[in-house]
Amino acid sequence: MRMGKFKLNHYINYIVIGALTLSLTAVTLAGGRFDSSLLFLLEKIAISIVLAVSLSLVVGFLGELSLGHAGFMCVGAYLGGKVAALLVPALGNGPLTFLISLVVGGAVAAVCGIIIGIPALRLRGDYLAIVTLAFGEIVKSLFQNTSDETFGGALGLETPRYDKKYLFIFAFVIVLITLAAVQNFIRSKHGRAVTAIRDNEIAARATGINVTKYKLLTFTLSATFAGIAGVLYSFSNYTVQSAKFGYNYSIEILVMVVLGGMGSINGSIIAATLITFLNTKLATILTGDLAVLQNLLYAVILIIIVIYNNAPALKNFREKYNLQNLLRKLLRHKHDPDHVKDDEAKWDVVPTKIEMNEILSIDLTPQDKKGNTGNGGDK
Amino acid sequence: MSDYILETKDLGISFGGLKAAQDVNIRIRKNQIYGLIGPNGAGKTTVFNLLTGVYKPTAGTFYLDGEELKGLPQDKINHKGIARTFQNIRLFNNMTVVRNVMVGLHDRPEFKCSVAASLFRLPRHFKVEKAMREKAKELLRIFDLEGERNNLAHNLPYGKQRKLEIARALATEPKLLLLDEPAAGMNPHETEDLVKTIRFIRDHFDMTILLIEHDMKFVAGLCDEITVLNFGTVLAQGDTKTALSDPEVIKAYIGG
Amino acid sequence: MELILSTLINGLSLGGIYAMIALGYTMVYGIAKMLNFAHGDVIMVGGYVIYVFMAMNNPLLAILMAVIFCIILGVVIEKVAYKPLRGASPLAVLITAIGVSYLLQSLAQIVFGSANKMVTVYEFGDIKLFGVTVQISALVTLAVTVVVMIALTLFVKYTRLGRAMIAVSEDKGAAQLMGINVNGIITVTFAIGSALAALAGLFYLLKAPSISSTLGAMPGIKAFTAAVIGGIGSIPGAMLGGILLGMVECIAYKITAIAPYTDAIEFSILIIILLVRPTGFLGKKRREKV
Repeated sequence: MRMGKFKLNHYINYIVIGALTLSLTAVTLAGGRFDSSLLFLLEKIAISIVLAVSLSLVVGFLGELSLGHAGFMCVGAYLGGKVAALLVPALGNGPLTFLISLVVGGAVAAVCGIIIGIPALRLRGDYLAIVTLAFGEIVKSLFQNTSDETFGGALGLETPRYDKKYLFIFAFVIVLITLAAVQNFIRSKHGRAVTAIRDNEIAARATGINVTKYKLLTFTLSATFAGIAGVLYSFSNYTVQSAKFGYNYSIEILVMVVLGGMGSINGSIIAATLITFLNTKLATILTGDLAVLQNLLYAVILIIIVIYNNAPALKNFREKYNLQNLLRKLLRHKHDPDHVKDDEAKWDVVPTKIEMNEILSIDLTPQDKKGNTGNGGDK
Repeated sequence: MSDYILETKDLGISFGGLKAAQDVNIRIRKNQIYGLIGPNGAGKTTVFNLLTGVYKPTAGTFYLDGEELKGLPQDKINHKGIARTFQNIRLFNNMTVVRNVMVGLHDRPEFKCSVAASLFRLPRHFKVEKAMREKAKELLRIFDLEGERNNLAHNLPYGKQRKLEIARALATEPKLLLLDEPAAGMNPHETEDLVKTIRFIRDHFDMTILLIEHDMKFVAGLCDEITVLNFGTVLAQGDTKTALSDPEVIKAYIGG
Repeated sequence: MELILSTLINGLSLGGIYAMIALGYTMVYGIAKMLNFAHGDVIMVGGYVIYVFMAMNNPLLAILMAVIFCIILGVVIEKVAYKPLRGASPLAVLITAIGVSYLLQSLAQIVFGSANKMVTVYEFGDIKLFGVTVQISALVTLAVTVVVMIALTLFVKYTRLGRAMIAVSEDKGAAQLMGINVNGIITVTFAIGSALAALAGLFYLLKAPSISSTLGAMPGIKAFTAAVIGGIGSIPGAMLGGILLGMVECIAYKITAIAPYTDAIEFSILIIILLVRPTGFLGKKRREKV
């Protein structure tokens, strides 16, 4: 069986992240030591990538806004952390404990994803965004009020101390798994059905797509990986506090997805890396009241990017100064129709009713003066 | 097997007190091109929405090839064999032409592939993807759209968008194809082309077609039988020429 | 009995504040068809303006300035952030609104610092009512809300501008064809909503004389809940939803067992209402044309 042409740009993210992970692993195994703050940063970046890529599934490909992504993460972090704490006495602080915690955290988050996917079947847009936000806040509040013995209440849950030397390797393996799952999903008939729902739900239904199934599936898949990111977080931080997983964190993940270009997995990866890196670096520069400058920066970036990418008035300007076109010209890359992929990076401009009207108005007046004379009479 | 591909029995729906359609009885034989005409607001699109499950009928029922489909969700009705196009074209605008058609192929039994098979990239996934792409290309070739297959749907000219919508509907392998004002916004040349296309679809795909159209000449030239709706009820029915010359119909159209 | 009565009055007064904010949401949603996420933060800005002008120790001036400043702010936000996106996808508008909300919060924190600021606008004191001690400010809040609500209803029903607003909310395109300045109407709606937000800011300060940059965030979301419960686009609905939510919150706070879960309860109500009756109690159903 021919598997089709090998497309480098389909695999570039695996190659880059894989090579990075391998080289870092090699250095570690050879006895090299990394600064613990660097390791922590790497873990944080991995967590951010998993979060951004999984959120992009819902926001970029299904076209629904989720403001409760941190809520799924919270569930994963608590459940994974708790399971790890329970398992350590029996199984020790090794890979097996880690793996079981990941599975449990991911599974419980998946169940939450199904639960939040149900409203998604009835609600769209603003209302669904509010429901996901409410979900995140409910989760936060529930964990905040647990007793000290179960999940640690407001003080948070202490989680086992995992060997920091290898954690980042596991973290990046999880990044690769997330990428594989999300990209394999998107680049399949199932992902195509999801993008069809995003583009035109009414048409998707009429074309036989089971919208219920695919909405639930997308929310569940997205939530699962958010949960897994949560488990990673609990291992990386040794402590899980529900207050961290509020609305603000969900927004931060959203900023990564929007900044990366909705519908672009690679964009999400780059944005997640950049923002996490900046967060850490800025935290050391901007202390005290200045720390908020960072939020200001995100807010401004968010507004500018969304307006630039979506304002109907800027349509011509965008097409003229399209980054992809510019790059193509720069690299003297010939336009090859086989390289047009609609599963990536084609969704910075969201379809609108106005555009629809524009399309309709093009040919509304026939070129000939007489309307439709004579066309029915070809008997 | 039934004598009729589509049979509606006293089909109707009311929104609040407003009867948007009532007592609609339509019978369409296999391979017919059947017209549904009437003035604006006569309830033509409402009938389409009832037949495709967008609205649930509040009265009556309908059968496709003898099987009652009333109350089924839209995707199930499509699987049973009714596909449609829309008055205001509804394509998957940010997807390529070929993928638009592939979405139409999505639920055909020969392209079945589980989510797990796709996630784990089992051989089945590659096989199905390739077969779907080939099949989609084949359909596009029929509609002379193969050259456009890698362009985004919303970049197509209007006439081609209409064709693509029809190709996508046919991809679901329907028994009955519903076309909602297929000639709307087309110039005479395109309309002429469309008449040929619709006849070709009937012959090539062994298709039965129900279409809504405003253009009388188009209908007169194309349809075997028609139903004329006015204010949600059937005004006249039967052989195209006879129904069109019905004084009631002329009155409804010209007024007075 | 006393407990019930005091809870009732507190609930009504808190509900009044929610209703006031919900009005802003509901009107903007009804007319611009967008969820103005930044609306809650306009309340916070109103609070800070009052704080600044209270340095002159003139409550009326402070309130007036807050209203004016918020109106300007609301209109500027609409013109700069939302207007360019008219006709774009709802998702883009929503994300921008979130961005504006974030922007206002961080700006406030930069200007006023992260510590809470204390400001007493006016000491109303307490009053004995049927044997219960009640804050007069709670009664004032309730009274003002009712007056505003009635005034707004009359305005929408009986003035040219108000009827134009209804027309725009029903069908923007048709309203434009009838010669209504749609952009103008949207601006007016944002102005009214922001003025109400300024008043809500005032009521918060009367209730508890402390202000921070996140003052408006939670009330904003809850008030949106109220607007949804009552039915988006409906003025009496906003009142009904606001009062209901205010009562629920006050009652939940009084019951020790569930007090910590008050937020969770309110949000659960939101989710349930949205699932069972997305149009709220007094909202109209809209169906998408196929």
